[in-house]
Amino acid sequence: MEVIRSQKRTVSNDVVSTPTLPLYLIAPHMEVRLEEFELFAIDRLRVLKGVSDGLARARNPNEMDDLVETLWKEHMRLSNVSEMINKDIISHFVLRLVYCRSDELKKWFLSMETALFRHRFRLKKIEEQRAIVGEFGLPYKAVIGAELESLKERLGLVARSHGQISSDVENIYYKVPFEEVPDLVASRRVLLQKGFAFVAGTQLVSLVVTQFRSHLSKALILTNRKWTTTIREREKDRLTPIVEALSTSYLGPDYSQSNEYADISLKDIDQVSKSSFPLCMRHLFEKLREDHHLKHGGRMQLGLFLKGVGLKLDDALAFWREEFTKKVGSERFDKEYAYAIRHNYGKEGKRTDYTPYACSKIITSAPGAGDHHGCPYRHFSEDNLKAALSRMGLSSRGMEDVMDKVRNRHYQLACTLTFEAVYGTSCDTGINHPNQYFEESQKILKSKTPAAPV
Amino acid sequence: MTREETETSGEDMMIDDPKPKIENDFNVHYLRIYYGNLFPYTDIHKWLSYGHDGKHPGCDEYYFGRREFSFTLENDVYLRYKSFKNASLMEAAIKSNFPYKIDIGAVYSVDPDKRHAYAQSGTNLFTPVERELVFDIDITDYDDVRYCCSGADVCSKCWPLMTVAIKVIDTSLREDFGFKHILWVFSGRRGVHCWVCDAKARRLTNEQRSAVAEYFRVYKGNENNAKKVDLMGHSLHPFLARSYVDFIKSFFEGELQATQSIFSSKEKYEKILGMITDEDIQADLRGKWENSARSSLSEEATSLLRWEQLKKALQSKRNKALSLRTCVEEIVFTFTYPRIDLEVSKQMNHLLKAPFCVHPKTGRVCVPIDPNNCDEFDPLAVPTLSQLIEEINSGGLRMDVDDDDSDSSLLGKSIKFFRSSFLEPLLKSCKEEIESSYKTKIAKTKDSFSW
Repeated sequence: MEVIRSQKRTVSNDVVSTPTLPLYLIAPHMEVRLEEFELFAIDRLRVLKGVSDGLARARNPNEMDDLVETLWKEHMRLSNVSEMINKDIISHFVLRLVYCRSDELKKWFLSMETALFRHRFRLKKIEEQRAIVGEFGLPYKAVIGAELESLKERLGLVARSHGQISSDVENIYYKVPFEEVPDLVASRRVLLQKGFAFVAGTQLVSLVVTQFRSHLSKALILTNRKWTTTIREREKDRLTPIVEALSTSYLGPDYSQSNEYADISLKDIDQVSKSSFPLCMRHLFEKLREDHHLKHGGRMQLGLFLKGVGLKLDDALAFWREEFTKKVGSERFDKEYAYAIRHNYGKEGKRTDYTPYACSKIITSAPGAGDHHGCPYRHFSEDNLKAALSRMGLSSRGMEDVMDKVRNRHYQLACTLTFEAVYGTSCDTGINHPNQYFEESQKILKSKTPAAPV
Repeated sequence: MTREETETSGEDMMIDDPKPKIENDFNVHYLRIYYGNLFPYTDIHKWLSYGHDGKHPGCDEYYFGRREFSFTLENDVYLRYKSFKNASLMEAAIKSNFPYKIDIGAVYSVDPDKRHAYAQSGTNLFTPVERELVFDIDITDYDDVRYCCSGADVCSKCWPLMTVAIKVIDTSLREDFGFKHILWVFSGRRGVHCWVCDAKARRLTNEQRSAVAEYFRVYKGNENNAKKVDLMGHSLHPFLARSYVDFIKSFFEGELQATQSIFSSKEKYEKILGMITDEDIQADLRGKWENSARSSLSEEATSLLRWEQLKKALQSKRNKALSLRTCVEEIVFTFTYPRIDLEVSKQMNHLLKAPFCVHPKTGRVCVPIDPNNCDEFDPLAVPTLSQLIEEINSGGLRMDVDDDDSDSSLLGKSIKFFRSSFLEPLLKSCKEEIESSYKTKIAKTKDSFSW
């Protein structure tokens, strides 16, 4: 792939005439515009993160099929088919560069791309599926003649053991070494004999996915080698910064401009903190009220959140002053803290209007002794977290679900489940940003009692 | 010479002859003698070298040295990542440490000893490369279905569960998976281990091992469900059907009833009634059995009778619900089907106790079991450390185990079996493989010279 700045893009005729599901076996020869390099990758990343979310919520295979179809249409669709295929291929290879760089990144990418491939494959018609099998160059032969006869009865038993009572037993079976179809072996969906599995035509997905995964896994190792030895250095002024930023990017709205739902006034702030703040901000708020102080990390995290929530600069100054002067006195407040608050609102220094932190940033922060910022689902001990959750009104059942997510390190899902438990509603998009939590919460509360302040 | 412990029925302790009684204790002193004279170092080394003995140009002379061993010493001191270049170094290490337990791990990409030298950030160069496919079956996993013992105990009444497990798994490994070089070993107290040593098995990935383990898995019990085996569908998978017909059905209806009497008391039969999803049938049987509680039949006869009644009751309602159709099989499977420890099999880096170790709690040697004769195996007749020491003390035995593996010594029989049934066929096949892959390699390099 050659990345260029020109407006036009030339696609060489070497582009393999793939069916609509590319296998990404070889890097294509095409020129890619620099903007597309990043944008296509971001779109694909949205798809992969959606897949990740679906898997973490233990969606069944049919639900995943639907989810993938929706995600793909939403983020990857373009006006014509060949453009779509190009975007598909380009975005995959760009993300290979991004995710080859460590074992953890590789593992995630491999899982998500494999799942994506699996469900896109399942959505294809059987003829297309067979064609894809052929593309992998798999050497498996169909079982015929006397061998098939000797197996027929047992093949029927296998099918019936999984509820297939139809009389037309699947008539094409492939003889495959059992190692190639581990998931079919594990669920006893295939007949085994002397080390071979007899895979029905309808079970091809398993075969193909194993191949896909194995191939991609090897490719990522090679890509990593190339990246560390040549590409990273060569592209340090052009592609490398983009690649390095992509794996940690937050992909939602940045809440730098507050909207109508969220203008809060100082007199309501205590009530609002109890009713609509996510746990991280509620904790910071409570600690501020309690200690009349917060350290720098906490001031940033809470301060920017409040800005996103709609607290105006004057109100913010008044709010922080009210608390801090109880501890440090008004002169010290003006000297040492007021400047920083104004800075956050873009009124000082280089006047950047700082954006409130997204969950990904908060989760990766490292609160130390005396700090109260960070993500409680990550940074609190189990006991403290349970206590905090029960103060938010969670039942023990709800708490168990949340703790289960926490133990599996799905911190944002834990927060989402908390949200769903507190407001009694489902949040399909998942929580990615504290201000999102606040806005969604306000929406729900306002729809219940339109007049009263919430 | 075996000494029988006091039986629960209160028989007198039988003493074969008036020699001073040696405690069946396991102790370091005996262990030293065992590792000094009896442990088959050469055989173990030959096994784990898989033919790479340096005699053929295609051999990898560093293969054995990349295998991880671990030692558990007195006071639970645990030494991991031990590796040895050759048999004498392994022997020297064992003789200087006298470990209470020796575990065998995987063959790694580099010497486990030197793994830190190869650590790099980002990519891990110290990874397992080969490892036998292993299984661990422990009788404590059957505690909810055996009434004679519980916990660490095992007796002649419940050991047959292990026998059935060996038959089912061994048959499947050979017939379904095509494996040939399988070693079954007594774990020393209350279970069995299985080592599948075919080259194909050694190269399986974690995912593939997991798949094999799941293929064998049927029992999904915990304290929360009354019905722990669910065989949905209109028929059994051929593997389960074969296991049922060939092994477990007859075991259930025969030996199990005799040894466990699973219907003879209310507590026992309630557990089984809980597995029947039809409440009418449950009530019907419950009524019958409560009324016949004081019958004059023996426990075994009662159990058999009630089993027949249960089968009849289910048969009559077979067509009413799908779950009733497989109910009989489910009950049989719950009591008899093998329960393997999945975690042991799933990961390449999982360590497992070496054959011919001595179990610290029982003093018994972890001897191989012949799957073709596993009915004959008696865990309570396995040689103990003190018996072996006594045999040495009584003199007249040659200590050199590399010599004719005579049937006359307690351990000799096991070593002979290990060599003839397992090691020799394995090494033959390994040599063939080394030769053929070497030939292929040579042929390839020859091709590359062709113009």
